[in-house]
Amino acid sequence: MAEAAAPPAAAATATNYEVDLGNLMAYDPSHHLPAASSSREELRKECLRKGTELAQAVADALFALPATEDRDGPMVRLPPPTTRLPREKHLPRPKPPTKWEQFAKMKGITKHKKNKREWDEQTQTWKRTYGYDRVNDDKDIPIIEAKATDEPGVDPFAQRREEKKKRVDKQEKNRLENLKKAAKVGALPSHIQLAATALPITGTKADIPKKSRKKDLEDVAGMASSATASGGKFDEKLPGEKPPKNPGKHRQFLPVVEGKGMGNKEKQQNDKILNALLSKSSEDQMDVGRAITMYKVKKEKQRRKDKEKSSSSNKLKPQKKSLKKSSKKKA
Amino acid sequence: MVAIRAPKSHRAKRELLKHAPKLVETGKKTLVLHGTKTSAVLNSVLADLFHLKRDNAVKYSKKNENIRPFESGGETSLEFFSLKTDCSLIVYGSHSKKRPNNLVLGRTYDHHIYDLVEVGVENYKSIESYVYDKKLAPKLGSKPFFAFIGEHFESVEELKHLKEVLLDLFKGEVVENLNLAGVDRVFVCTAISPTTVYLMHCALRLKRSGTSIPRMELVEVGPSMDLVVRRHRHPAESLKKEAMKTANHAKKMKNVTKDPVQGKLGKVYIPDQQIAKMALSNDIKGLKRERREAKKNKEHSKKQKTNVE
Repeated sequence: MAEAAAPPAAAATATNYEVDLGNLMAYDPSHHLPAASSSREELRKECLRKGTELAQAVADALFALPATEDRDGPMVRLPPPTTRLPREKHLPRPKPPTKWEQFAKMKGITKHKKNKREWDEQTQTWKRTYGYDRVNDDKDIPIIEAKATDEPGVDPFAQRREEKKKRVDKQEKNRLENLKKAAKVGALPSHIQLAATALPITGTKADIPKKSRKKDLEDVAGMASSATASGGKFDEKLPGEKPPKNPGKHRQFLPVVEGKGMGNKEKQQNDKILNALLSKSSEDQMDVGRAITMYKVKKEKQRRKDKEKSSSSNKLKPQKKSLKKSSKKKA
Repeated sequence: MVAIRAPKSHRAKRELLKHAPKLVETGKKTLVLHGTKTSAVLNSVLADLFHLKRDNAVKYSKKNENIRPFESGGETSLEFFSLKTDCSLIVYGSHSKKRPNNLVLGRTYDHHIYDLVEVGVENYKSIESYVYDKKLAPKLGSKPFFAFIGEHFESVEELKHLKEVLLDLFKGEVVENLNLAGVDRVFVCTAISPTTVYLMHCALRLKRSGTSIPRMELVEVGPSMDLVVRRHRHPAESLKKEAMKTANHAKKMKNVTKDPVQGKLGKVYIPDQQIAKMALSNDIKGLKRERREAKKNKEHSKKQKTNVE
């Protein structure tokens, strides 16, 4: 009887059900639960009954689809779901072209496939074009012929190695730049991460100013604050500013009363000055060399004075005549 | 300074490449975890949910501190776990005096919380409590049917949301082709009140009906529970729009129209040839004649000049 009742019921209510075959879902929006089904068991039975109807509705639609017979059973192709669900992740973003790709496109350079193996003339064998033991490997060259332009004292083998290293480093740098560009648009390959290693440091170590210490800064601040005519006495203090720690030298007043230690210091200082004064007059030792020069200088000065006196007396007369007359007179 | 960090082994690389965003997504992984305090019921609920989805799920068995998905800043560790395990469906269980047997069902987009629904679990019956013919037991990873019953799924905002989340949580792998022999389970969700959903998990028994369409018979296999909706959070409108994008949307056919008379029509745009940027050589063939004429004119004028003189 149940079997007889089920198909017409399904047919009647099928129009009310919303069936989303893509998700194998059926929804009955019009169903009212009878309020009487207060007991749990009744509710369960009611739900099962309704659930069976809905499952039947899905099955009706599903088994009506054209099926292809597979080894494991009949296969059907599901229509796209009508209930749209959100994505898990964003759509894959296109990778921006690398700098070389841009350049190649501009110049019309197309990529062409190379053979993996090539004939090596030197060893007369087939070799790979890349990696260890490759064709035309720089490392395998036993002799490099000298050229006229060669500089003496330069190892050509070392030079080759260095050049190769430079090329590799450059390529690595370019790769990093391209990856950075890709990371900017969020198209970095998921297996690669760009990690910051250190803060950017420009220039050499000598360029970096030495880190000033706390004391240095305090000294400078103290000097600046006292660099006014009043020694910073009338300057307005900033909130939280502390008095300068190194305000400069103070005059030290020594105790007047005599005593031990500090009390004795004033006496010592005065003694020192007195001694210096007294010793200047008492211990005037004779410096022979200096005395001789002093004597000589004195004598020289005296002679010059005398000479001047004699010449000044003849000043009024003309020189030639005077010479003659004086000679006559003397004679 | 920036360094490139790439996996050292190929295996690790393959594993990471699986995390890459796909044009057409196949299915979401589920993360099952709990907070610092749980109850026996909640432990059992989480174990059962994990059991239902264990082909494509991760279960954390230790306590997790500082997870409060609805509060700002409380979702950071959830987002981190989502990134770590590559899961975008989250089932988080917690138990407190205010919210006993609390279950937060959440989804993430790009490893950030997309939406959340908080439900309380009542009248729970575990898988173990059901006795049935084990031949009927649903196979792991089989595609389930869904039956949603009740007007509240349409009229009440919370239940409408919960319906979508439940569908996303249990729908399993996204497939195009389905083997009809593998149809063996159904989730029956009934809105018994504007806040409560009665969730049942049943096995399907296909009976002969005399036609090509078999007659369905439901056998309850558990778990079953009442989900009482507590808090919920909708996705932001802009985020929703972003997350609903599909591959078809991205790949829009441009400049192609269909005409009933002429058939398929296409517009072709020729990009700017950028003649100004072209590198020119000194002897362009196209300028041969002009050059010749210019030369002639020059000579001509010279001759004229000489004649004048």
